[in-house]
Amino acid sequence: MFEIRIHGRGGQGVVTAAELLSIAAFREGQYAQAFPSFGSERMGAPVVSFCRIDAAPIRLREPIAHPDAIIVQDPTLLTSVDVFGGISDDGWVLINSSRDFAELGLGDWVKRFHPARVRCVGASELARVHLGRPLPGAPLLGAFAALTGAIQLASLDAAIRERFSGAIADRNVAAAAAAFAMIEPEAVAC
Amino acid sequence: MLKQLECSRAIAEVIARCRPEVICAYPITPQTHIVEALSELCRTGELAPCEYINVESETSALSVAVGASAAGARAYTATASQGLLHMAEVVYNAAGLGLPIVMTLGNRALGAPINIWNDHSDAMALKDAGWIQLFARDSQEAVDLHILAFRLAEELSIPVMVCVDGFVLTHSVEPLDVPSQEQVDRFLPPYHPVQVLDVSDPVSIGAMVGPEAYTEVRYLAHHKQQRALERLPELAAELAVILGRTSGALLHPYRLDEAETIVVAMGSVTGTIEVAIDELRATGLAIGAIALCAFRPFPLVELAQALAPAKRVIVIERSLAPGLGGALASNVRMALQGRAIPVRTVIAGLGGRPITRVSLRRLFTSAAQDALDDLTFLDLDTGAIDRELARWGDQRRSGPSAENLLRDTRRPR
Repeated sequence: MFEIRIHGRGGQGVVTAAELLSIAAFREGQYAQAFPSFGSERMGAPVVSFCRIDAAPIRLREPIAHPDAIIVQDPTLLTSVDVFGGISDDGWVLINSSRDFAELGLGDWVKRFHPARVRCVGASELARVHLGRPLPGAPLLGAFAALTGAIQLASLDAAIRERFSGAIADRNVAAAAAAFAMIEPEAVAC
Repeated sequence: MLKQLECSRAIAEVIARCRPEVICAYPITPQTHIVEALSELCRTGELAPCEYINVESETSALSVAVGASAAGARAYTATASQGLLHMAEVVYNAAGLGLPIVMTLGNRALGAPINIWNDHSDAMALKDAGWIQLFARDSQEAVDLHILAFRLAEELSIPVMVCVDGFVLTHSVEPLDVPSQEQVDRFLPPYHPVQVLDVSDPVSIGAMVGPEAYTEVRYLAHHKQQRALERLPELAAELAVILGRTSGALLHPYRLDEAETIVVAMGSVTGTIEVAIDELRATGLAIGAIALCAFRPFPLVELAQALAPAKRVIVIERSLAPGLGGALASNVRMALQGRAIPVRTVIAGLGGRPITRVSLRRLFTSAAQDALDDLTFLDLDTGAIDRELARWGDQRRSGPSAENLLRDTRRPR
């Protein structure tokens, strides 16, 4: 079982991101379960969503306390929420930021991980370019696909097109591909 | 065909295939996605003919369903939590009048303290209103139970509440099969009411009944529930042939072979319990579980049979009956009359607190060693309780406990 936890804020598409991940995994013949952990649902409030991917049907319904991968959609959460809770040293960490780990004050902390499993990606900037709005979900998932190999980019594209249509789908697919391309060389080397 | 869907969406699609003629809706978290999706299906014409009626409160929602059902229409609504309490009077009336309405309950805690998250307090509050109450163990069963619910409701002329754990199931996105129109049509015939408001053959429905016949009318309500005990397994078997999977039953047994410890629970905690039981079985612990699907009618005989190998029973209770323990455990004890084995009540997962595999494993291990008290609160923060009790002791005006406990959980440690 591969377990992913996504941290972000209400309005950033945190729940949609987990759903897209699950659709992409499902399209690859995997079982997947995506679910949110809502607080009071409001714009800007911290939101967590979860996704489990497995080869067998998933019966477990507890929140993910020990994720294999963490995606942080909003770096301002780093100081207010325990976003990295339960991650082990062989896990994956993906942060939406155009700054690097050292600039985020995580330079020493990040050394415990395999260097090819941790990345900061300026997903909001990519989203601004491709979508015209700072919605980092699709580019982060593109980066996630490249970083972890847990899903293929083609499945992510299909998932985006299943959930959205027209120009919005095209732009999200482009944003995901751009983020994937930023990481892919290292992912191959991993 | 499996599709990766939100459970609420899949429920809406299967409801549409049950061909309801009237849907009345008032939004309340966490059932809102279901009626939103149904509204869309009505608007696009995918669900037609169907009258979709937005109302101004839950009391109105169920009242409209009562009127529609009495006029001979297949009627559906959904609610949760305070919404169910708001419509409580009509909940009793729908059952008392014998109107086969189907209602989804997106199970959620009750206030105060106000809480939007999942537990079974709402369903338990109205457990004796006369409705059949079915609890879905997972998202797929949540979908399939609705087809079963309409068939059972209309055959016996009794309303059915399909209880689906809020958020945990309603908001979960998973591979789900929405039965096709052809499959649903094969199982669910058109509605032929036993009573109908028809101008060409007028009757009145809802007479005032005095002492001369009230008991007899109430007896018949019980009789219908007893009939449902027989019909539910038969209909579930028929549906299983059409769908190629088992959904709906009086109860679902899990690894009961020589199980000395048996866990009884309802709803979405079933999967996590099964995972914990697999892990404990691997260590040699003789433990199994029963997921009750039918809470009303309560399957006393079938439960007693399923519990036969047990030396002890643990009831995972998603609702607190203050001053007693829990409604489910009390009912389970009735199935064990004449057997001197302990039944331990475990209050768990109140107001959305996660029930984790780790906590369950610890609980079951301790129960198997007969180290559990009669009543246990799973993962209770006893430190926070002690501090609040100390505040009560220290001063008369200790203030509102909910606010005190919130402050307590946020204090730096």
